[in-house]
Amino acid sequence: MPTHDVLVIGAGLAGQRAALAAAERGVSVGIVSKVHPVRSHSNAAQGGINAALNPGDSWESHAFDTVKGSDYLGDQDAIEIMCREAPEEILHLEHLGVTFHRNEEGRLGTRAFGGASQARTYYVADITGQAIMHVLYEQLMKYSEQIARYEEFFTIGLAIDGDGACVGAVLRDIRDGSTELFAAKAVILATGGNGQIWRPTTNALICTGDGIAMAYRAGAELMDMEMVQYHPTTLARKGFLITEGARGEGAHLLNARGERFMERYAPNKMELASRDVVSRAAQTEIEEGRGFQEGTVALDITVVPKKRIHEALREIVLVGRDFAGVDITREPIHIKPGNHYMMGGVKTDVRGRTSVEGLYAAGEVACVSVHGGNRLGANSLLDTLIFGRRSGEDASQRAREIDRPRPPRALLSDQQSRIEQIIGREKGSARRVAEVRHEMSVVMDRHLGVFRDREGIETALEVVKRLKEEAASAYIDDSGAVFNQDLLGAIELDFMLDNAECTCVAALHRTESRGAQFRTDFPDRNDDEWLKHVTLSANGDEPEIGYAPVTITNWEPAERTY
Amino acid sequence: MADYTIKVRRYKPESGKGPFWQDFDVELEESLSVLDALLQARSNLDGSLAVRCSCRAAICGSCGVRVNGESVLACKTKLQEAQDHADRREGAGAGNPIVVEPMGNMPVIKDLVTDMESAHWTKVRRVTPWLLPAGEPPEREYVVPPESMLDITQSMACIQCGACVSACLSMEADPDFIGPAALAKAYRFVGDPRDAETRERLHDLAQDPHGIYDCTHCFGCIDACPKGVAPMDQIMRLRRLATHDEEITDQNNGRNHEAAFTKIIERKGTLDESLLLQESYAPGVKGKLMPTRAAIKGLVQSLPTAIRGIRTGKMRSLSKLIPGVHPKLPDGAQEEVREIYRHAEEHRTEINLYIQGEEGE
Repeated sequence: MPTHDVLVIGAGLAGQRAALAAAERGVSVGIVSKVHPVRSHSNAAQGGINAALNPGDSWESHAFDTVKGSDYLGDQDAIEIMCREAPEEILHLEHLGVTFHRNEEGRLGTRAFGGASQARTYYVADITGQAIMHVLYEQLMKYSEQIARYEEFFTIGLAIDGDGACVGAVLRDIRDGSTELFAAKAVILATGGNGQIWRPTTNALICTGDGIAMAYRAGAELMDMEMVQYHPTTLARKGFLITEGARGEGAHLLNARGERFMERYAPNKMELASRDVVSRAAQTEIEEGRGFQEGTVALDITVVPKKRIHEALREIVLVGRDFAGVDITREPIHIKPGNHYMMGGVKTDVRGRTSVEGLYAAGEVACVSVHGGNRLGANSLLDTLIFGRRSGEDASQRAREIDRPRPPRALLSDQQSRIEQIIGREKGSARRVAEVRHEMSVVMDRHLGVFRDREGIETALEVVKRLKEEAASAYIDDSGAVFNQDLLGAIELDFMLDNAECTCVAALHRTESRGAQFRTDFPDRNDDEWLKHVTLSANGDEPEIGYAPVTITNWEPAERTY
Repeated sequence: MADYTIKVRRYKPESGKGPFWQDFDVELEESLSVLDALLQARSNLDGSLAVRCSCRAAICGSCGVRVNGESVLACKTKLQEAQDHADRREGAGAGNPIVVEPMGNMPVIKDLVTDMESAHWTKVRRVTPWLLPAGEPPEREYVVPPESMLDITQSMACIQCGACVSACLSMEADPDFIGPAALAKAYRFVGDPRDAETRERLHDLAQDPHGIYDCTHCFGCIDACPKGVAPMDQIMRLRRLATHDEEITDQNNGRNHEAAFTKIIERKGTLDESLLLQESYAPGVKGKLMPTRAAIKGLVQSLPTAIRGIRTGKMRSLSKLIPGVHPKLPDGAQEEVREIYRHAEEHRTEINLYIQGEEGE
């Protein structure tokens, strides 16, 4: 049985940072990813990473912006930690080799970003996530003796022992189809978000909420699952992301009449208000008939000097050219709000610990909660790195303190039977996996998007429940062992439906509007009743609702205007 | 919506049979991609069709394939463009299938999934792909020229998709060639002012028989790269640094060969190939018909390659190799070339779009 002190599942920024932090502390580490690590979705983070590193800036200012951005649902102790530790993390990355943009003096330069009172976003053109992730992967290669990489290994389920502690996971080697039980003293989930339960989404096809579903099934509490960010500027239909960096560089949002409509919604911050505010504004323009025919508004980047566009927004030039047929240096590009990020996830403390012993979570899969009701742009990379590192540190400490893990062997045969059962489903007997997935994602976008109400959420929940039944018999074509992506798709569908159900249940339960959750039937924020987190845990086949308090340290909830 | 047929080269490793072709009929909007077509085929027609993919937006680098023989990302290749290309290529009007194959220069695992580990990642690890700074890091950031970061950001833009490796002609001839992607990665460190091992890296890459001098300037990688990394440009930067800045003389004769090229162009304004080999092996020869010993040895050693070239028809104008018969260019073109050479020598600038910006700015 392959055994590691710390097993990290997922190899985007959070996972790689966790693995490196654990390895630095001298424990043995395995890092698992269902794709090659550099394919991870952290790649898609374009705009940058926030830190109060400039002399005129302060961590308190960064923290306040984050608290306000979260619509006061973020836990302020965790936000403090993230903002205090941000500058050191940026310098650490710079020392490892990240090619951060420099100012004329050759020092780190910043750009402006949404919801921030200062320009404190550090960046590499508009490939910041990719640039950081490739540098971390360089470090993984450098430390290959301490860190075993399991690339293209799919995690099917977590291993929980008789005491309820997480002691490993069951993995399928995608390349040869073999399934094995891995033992570990601590398991860190860094599996990213669940954007694929919506369509369209900016998220990659791999973002299927695997970690959230596995943790939920293993008994861990989920939190803030109703808080789903719609990014203001995505391409219609395809859902591709146009970075907030474009607005940070000065781009304008225009409706079909050519009006800079943010004047009416956020007269001070305009296009750089927080994302929930800008998304609601854009969606309102579209729904009230001031958008373009295909249900979009325009992002005008031509106001940014051309040289600066090529230097700082090169990826957006390519996305515009290749996927929208638009030269963004010459004409506005049509965009709309689209699914982008989940603020919620597996509930953790500031060391990454979940409610299941030995199980950690970091990055988008986790909910610390530093983003609360709405995440600020350029805070997600920071979240992955700070809490990835903290998880790695705490997990390595745990690994030193406890005895050898003994995952029950039966778990392996359980998972093998599950696979055989899926492969054995009679072809043509029921629905195809892809059909079920498609229906789920369309209904989620329709009813769990920028604006929600009871009727819509209930409709979506009913559909999701029916789809769960249908998924149990949905058939696949491939019965082979090597690269059976069809099989993985069926397992991912199960994961996604758990995610979708939890999102619907939490959204239905929170009868107020806060951050990204806007209920047209409860349009106001209601601090008296709802200044608290909604938590969910598996109770049989239904999520059971609970609450967790919001930690408030320095900043009392106030009205939120931009 | 339009109908398309994609013809996929498939391989099922567990079947015991070789690769085979399969056509899939799909119906999609013209602006959608070859990846969208593959995904529709997989979703609706055959779930066993294997292709790596994730972001759909040319960011993750998963879906490298060959479409109509060209190495591309499937997600970035528009269906209608691929259809037009297929029709042009076949020259038989409309209705030709869009041909999709796994990437070249790599073993195939299943269908469109290749073994990038053996063909690519081992090469990346070969170039010591991590920063090697001198001593302890500073308290704050390293202070470096802003242009230097922009310069290496071009190679940082590489998403390791393998399209350039697939398209590389040198890799086809020498599977051990470190290759365009890994060498672009090497430049990312060589060009990084924070790295302290510049000379060692260049020395290593110059001496390796499969290193920077293995590239034949075919531009295939520049055409194939979906991210504008221009791997060949990065290789040429490595060469210039190795030869011009560090003056590294290598066992592959790379530096001398390059010097021979430029020297002949400088002197004659045209490439007199009869001089090229001997000049490469023994720089500073006394004259055309009086090669030095070292040059004779080098020339003799090159004979098998020359004979292979003649036999396969690659070397067609044998007469060019006879000293003194190299044709003169008409209308004073040679003087113009010499002028261009002098200008380039005086203005040694890198043309990097990310630093200079576009024309007219």
